[in-house]
Amino acid sequence: MNFLITFKVAFRALARNKMRSALTMLGIIIGVAAVIAMVSVGQGAQASIQDQIASMGTNMLMVGAGSMNMGGVRSGTGTTNTNTLTVDDIEAIKRECPSVAMATPSVRAGSQIIFGNQNWNTSLQGVNEEWPKIRKWLVQSGEFFNESDIRTANRVVVLGQTIVDNLFPGVDPVGQTIRVRELPFRVIGVMAKRGQDSGGRDQDDIMFAPYTTVQKKLLSITHIQFSYISAISPAATYTAEQQITDLLRQRHKLGPNQENDFFVRNMTDVAETADETNRIMTILLGSIASVSLMVGGIGIMNIMLVSVTERTREIGIRMAIGARSSAVRTQFLIESIVLSVFGGFLGILIGVLLSVLIPKLLGWPTLVSITSIVGSVLFSAAVGIFFGYYPARKAAGLDPIEALRYE
Amino acid sequence: MNNATLTADAAETKTTDSQLARPVIVLDHIHKIYRMGDVEVHALRGISLTIREGEFVAIMGASGSGKSTTMNIIGCLDRPSRGLYTLDGVDVSQMSKDERADIRNRKIGFVFQGFNLLSRTSATENVELPMLYAGLPAPERQARASKALKAVGLAGREQNHPNQLSGGQQQRVAIARALVNQPSLILADEPTGNLDSRTSVEVMEIFQRLNDEQGITLVLVTHENDIAEYAKRVIVFKDGKINRDYPITERRSAAEELRNWPTAVEDDDD
Ligand SMILES: Nc1ncnc2c1ncn2[C@@H]1O[C@H](COP(=O)(O)OP(=O)(O)OP(=O)(O)O)[C@@H](O)[C@H]1O
Ligand SMILES: [Mg+2]
Repeated sequence: MNFLITFKVAFRALARNKMRSALTMLGIIIGVAAVIAMVSVGQGAQASIQDQIASMGTNMLMVGAGSMNMGGVRSGTGTTNTNTLTVDDIEAIKRECPSVAMATPSVRAGSQIIFGNQNWNTSLQGVNEEWPKIRKWLVQSGEFFNESDIRTANRVVVLGQTIVDNLFPGVDPVGQTIRVRELPFRVIGVMAKRGQDSGGRDQDDIMFAPYTTVQKKLLSITHIQFSYISAISPAATYTAEQQITDLLRQRHKLGPNQENDFFVRNMTDVAETADETNRIMTILLGSIASVSLMVGGIGIMNIMLVSVTERTREIGIRMAIGARSSAVRTQFLIESIVLSVFGGFLGILIGVLLSVLIPKLLGWPTLVSITSIVGSVLFSAAVGIFFGYYPARKAAGLDPIEALRYE
Repeated sequence: MNNATLTADAAETKTTDSQLARPVIVLDHIHKIYRMGDVEVHALRGISLTIREGEFVAIMGASGSGKSTTMNIIGCLDRPSRGLYTLDGVDVSQMSKDERADIRNRKIGFVFQGFNLLSRTSATENVELPMLYAGLPAPERQARASKALKAVGLAGREQNHPNQLSGGQQQRVAIARALVNQPSLILADEPTGNLDSRTSVEVMEIFQRLNDEQGITLVLVTHENDIAEYAKRVIVFKDGKINRDYPITERRSAAEELRNWPTAVEDDDD
């Protein structure tokens, strides 16, 4: 007897009992849908974090004033009153660390800005002319300030998109004058749009001015809070980190038992940590979902076993009229494979649907991977074979006379 | 054992009209012993008999005398503990499980007391089942199934499920299923056991027609003497042995009886 006919026999048997077939499939449907949805959530998070880190530049390092205690008591927030980091430190890093390509000091001031009769609360970040290159963040219109603006502490600003959208609807901001803490600043450029970061914060609600201007005219300080540094290549970030640490310890005259009064953060590290965390989360979500897939498989075996007992007479009839045991075994095996694979396909549909709905309903990014789809199909087929084999063998091993006599 | 051989020989001399026909079933000193733990049940104690092509045999005997056991062995559903069984000249005892399944599929049609149809399955699909296992293509299956259903008087009921058919109709579906692979042998174990007298005669009419017109060899088990009188030969079992083996001299014709059936009178006797 050929395979196609056994397939037909199995299909008819399943169709004869639609309710039971549907309920049996439910376990697999839920299992597969869960695997696909969970893995897509995990991978979506991973992808969005990777995106962000890549957009920051993988060869970027950040140096901050203050220490990063292990206990996190004084976590390096680089506040205005931590004055351990200076512009000279940054100049020295540029000069003396061979793995460093570019560096900018950074000071921040929260401030209200006024244009015409409108105002807006935002923050002003003071940096040098290398900022767009270090952060790989380009100017969209107008231009960024240059070295002479830094030297003369010019009152010029480059605005983020959010500020433009709110203060200059329908007006070209370049060339306009805004007031920051009572001082007039000339707008010379607008940054390209960046969107939200992983924490959902708007990265475009910011503006940039020469760090010298922010230090002298707004904050009246001589130290800086942060420095953003670009290593000569992504691979050089670790040596750059070492060189910076050594140099700053030496410049700050720290003894061997004194802890750093600064911290260096390496984006590659951040990327790897985030990646690892996410990978673990994906595996965890995937395994939890796989357990439900296993439970679904056991459900199939359960029903198939009950089915073999319940259909003993049917098996006896089939054997009496000439079905070989192999045909009976194949029939039951196909029944369970059809149940699990068909359930698997429905599960994929629902899983993909969930992956599309989750970003809309919960705001989490998702990424449906082919691996998880192919994996679930193979897994559900394997579930069908594995959990269907025992009941099928049991059915094929029945004695036709005993089976016919079964009530 | 000697005794059994004599009985079988005697049977052959008596059935003179079928002496020229080819032997289909030859049982030679068949024993069947069931083991249940330590207890042995000697169900058959040396059965020897020959059934030739075109015969219509009724097997009778008390309950537990070994009728069904013999039918199972003849039908290749079971194997004898001892003895030789040749079907169409082939030694069945040497056959593998799969070979016996194929024999059941192609050469033998079964009709059971309890009909044994697949539930929630249409009459056509039930009749198609043996052809499915024989690997026939769908168009031929459908054509043959509807022809077989027509032959047993069930035209128009093709799509009915067993629970939408009367007992007699269900048994006719079972007969159609037994016929459809054109077997040379039909085995029926108490086919009228669950039917009233009128329906029983209808079933016997189909059997007689198959036997007379198509020359199909028929072996049926029955408890009722009047059912046995539709056959051509009666074999009586007793305690796992053949007790009597005689031809029917005044054979009843089911077709004729149906024609003269008193329609006004209540159908069921007793
Ligand atoms: N599977 C079995 N295991 C043990 N003993 C069995 C089995 N099948 C039949 N027997 C025994 O074999 C003997 C013959 O049984 P069988 O079914 O052939 O009788 P029968 O003539 O068909 O009876 P009935 O008219 O009641 O159907 C009985 O004693 C029965 O108990
Ligand atoms: Mg019996």
